[in-house]
Amino acid sequence: MIELREVSKRFGELEAVNALSLTVEPGELLVLLGGSGSGKTTTLKMVNRLVEPSSGTILLDGEDIAEIEPHALRRRIGYVFQRLGLFPHMSVAENIAVTPSLLGWDAERTRERVYELLKLVELDTEIDIGERAVTELSGGQQQRVSVARALAAKPKLMLLDEPFGALDPITRERLQRSFVRIRKELDLTAIFVTHDMLEALLMGDRIAVMHEGKLAQIGTPSKLMQAPATEYVEQLMSTPKRQADAVERLLTLLDDEEGS
Amino acid sequence: MSDQLALLPEYLTAHLQLSLLALALGALVSVPLGVAATRIGWLEQPVLAAASIIQTIPSLALLAVMVPVLAAFNLQSIGFLPAFIGLMLYSILPILRNTVTGIVGVDPALIEAARGVGMTPSQRLFRVELPLAAPVIVAGLRTSAVWIVGTATLSTPVGATSLGNYIFSGLQTRNSAAILVGCVAAAALAILLDGIIFALEHGIRMRKRAYTIGASSVLAALFVYTTVTFALPFLDDKARPIRIGAKTFTEQYILSELLAHHIEGQTGLETEVLSSLGSTVAYDALRSGQIDVYVDYSGTIWATVMNRPSLGESRSQVLQEVAQWVRENHSVTLIGTLGFENSYVLAMPESEAERLRITTIGDLVPFASDMEIGGDYEFFARAEWAAIQETYGIEFAGRRAMDSSLMYQAVELGNVDIISAYTTDGRIDALNLRVIEDDRNAIPPYDAIILTAPGLGLDRSEVIGSLEELIDTISAPTMRKMNRAVDEDKRSPDEVAMEFLESEGRR
Repeated sequence: MIELREVSKRFGELEAVNALSLTVEPGELLVLLGGSGSGKTTTLKMVNRLVEPSSGTILLDGEDIAEIEPHALRRRIGYVFQRLGLFPHMSVAENIAVTPSLLGWDAERTRERVYELLKLVELDTEIDIGERAVTELSGGQQQRVSVARALAAKPKLMLLDEPFGALDPITRERLQRSFVRIRKELDLTAIFVTHDMLEALLMGDRIAVMHEGKLAQIGTPSKLMQAPATEYVEQLMSTPKRQADAVERLLTLLDDEEGS
Repeated sequence: MSDQLALLPEYLTAHLQLSLLALALGALVSVPLGVAATRIGWLEQPVLAAASIIQTIPSLALLAVMVPVLAAFNLQSIGFLPAFIGLMLYSILPILRNTVTGIVGVDPALIEAARGVGMTPSQRLFRVELPLAAPVIVAGLRTSAVWIVGTATLSTPVGATSLGNYIFSGLQTRNSAAILVGCVAAAALAILLDGIIFALEHGIRMRKRAYTIGASSVLAALFVYTTVTFALPFLDDKARPIRIGAKTFTEQYILSELLAHHIEGQTGLETEVLSSLGSTVAYDALRSGQIDVYVDYSGTIWATVMNRPSLGESRSQVLQEVAQWVRENHSVTLIGTLGFENSYVLAMPESEAERLRITTIGDLVPFASDMEIGGDYEFFARAEWAAIQETYGIEFAGRRAMDSSLMYQAVELGNVDIISAYTTDGRIDALNLRVIEDDRNAIPPYDAIILTAPGLGLDRSEVIGSLEELIDTISAPTMRKMNRAVDEDKRSPDEVAMEFLESEGRR
């Protein structure tokens, strides 16, 4: 579905992405995992031309995206922003309907689609939520609106840039589950950027670990756990286990104290 | 007060027309310019700098400079157009600056989101950037509106009717009721517009539809009203009234009303008085046909229009040469003299003149180095002033230019020692001033003359006929009496003019 060939991006002296090649299969969720400055967000933005590559080619269903008008390309790809990017001067429904209205959908079709999406992202529990200002919603609700907006024009490909990073752990977990369900329902292909190891393991069909602008390793979560290609990947993959051990020790300690 | 309030609908409507139309065009220019400045990097600084420079020009000067500029392009140089363009230029900066600030201030994350959902650059502008910048832009509009309503009162001297007519004529005729009505009405209008636009800003910012719709409706209604009242006279061309000009002092207000009533009475044509025109603005307006008739003075044309020094010519000689010169150079017709002379004359308190034994300007010379002289705005720039200095070799310790109505007060209170008064001014007698004789004829004669615009004789020959009836009907004492009735007895110029015509049996 998506193929990156030797894609590089330089910002002045800085080599943000260095000769990156990878493919995303149809229906697959690929996690781009890495620390800050690893080039994962830049890579994501090159896929819908928010950032133009310095060199290399990106193919979408075999078509070079450099040949597609940027705004037309972006209307075909859902994008969930790290900082949400909901328009504060528009209502919830208007935000969701942005891309359909750019595509010239009629009012009836748009209204039905908005209702459908509110239901899909489980925001239909509140009456008339579509009329409300986005600024009146909680962080979790805003993130659901953001996902709904990205899905509005029925894209086959979704790009998500640390979509749940700013949420509290309970809300985050609930939204992760919602998204997994939605993706299955709609059979979406997705690229999901995160720096959260646990999130990567839970959501990714495959994980691409990025380090200093380069691809360190790509593979299924279990493959990365069992056969890390570099020391960095190994260290990264062992963090959930180390954290779990630490929690385990803490619990044992507490049990001992209670027992004595 | 009630005769002042009767003028309010006319002045207020004219003021609204000027302010709102200038504001509308100002916004139409500034918002796209502001958008362009945010799109084209190198444009922002020069555009903002140019707008700031316009803002530093004093508002009265900006309006005044439009007169020669428009005249150079052969456009209407007095009346609505120069005031409108001046005010429009004045409205640009706040709207422009706020448009730039508003757009630049949009969160970059939202710009990226707009691109990310697939907006083209123009969709991004109209759907995201402008709506988000709207409250800031409207705030700029509000600042401009308040500035313009205040500044529009200065349109009177360039010939545009506004609430400033109250203030300028009130100042000249020392009518405090007129000044008060003008100031209160202008302030009230500014506060009202400020309130309406604030409601609009609040509505947009807080997403309160009731405010937004309510305020926009009121603004739209006001705008429609001004546009319609502004456009109506153009649709009805045959009703174009005879326009009579008046300069900025009492005698001119009386004479313009007098001509207006006389023409109406004799010909049945409608008239319109454009008052408080600057001295040379009036002549330029006449020769370009923007006014049809006004009263000037032979010496004024001689000195300031023809730029001729006074060489002791006789009254009739000056008159004859002026008539010939205006006809040959500008096709302006000198109908005739009104019958009195209103000359510049030096005047000082009688008691002081008696103490120093001064009767002629020659007598003044030894004392002048301790004296301060007051004059109206134009006097010290006129040829007569230079002629007096040169002819008598006189030098004063200081000089002060001020409004002519305040000049008399200044000499009465001793703020200045001597003033350049007018011979027909009622206040010379009222304040017991002594007229200092110009025994060497440095000041040319100043017969009041009726001048008519080129072509008036062809289109409206009956007007010429009626004006000829006024030749030599007003003596200097009569004029002085009329001036005094307005300046000292606080009667309206209109009323005094009517009374004269009735006593002459002309109405």
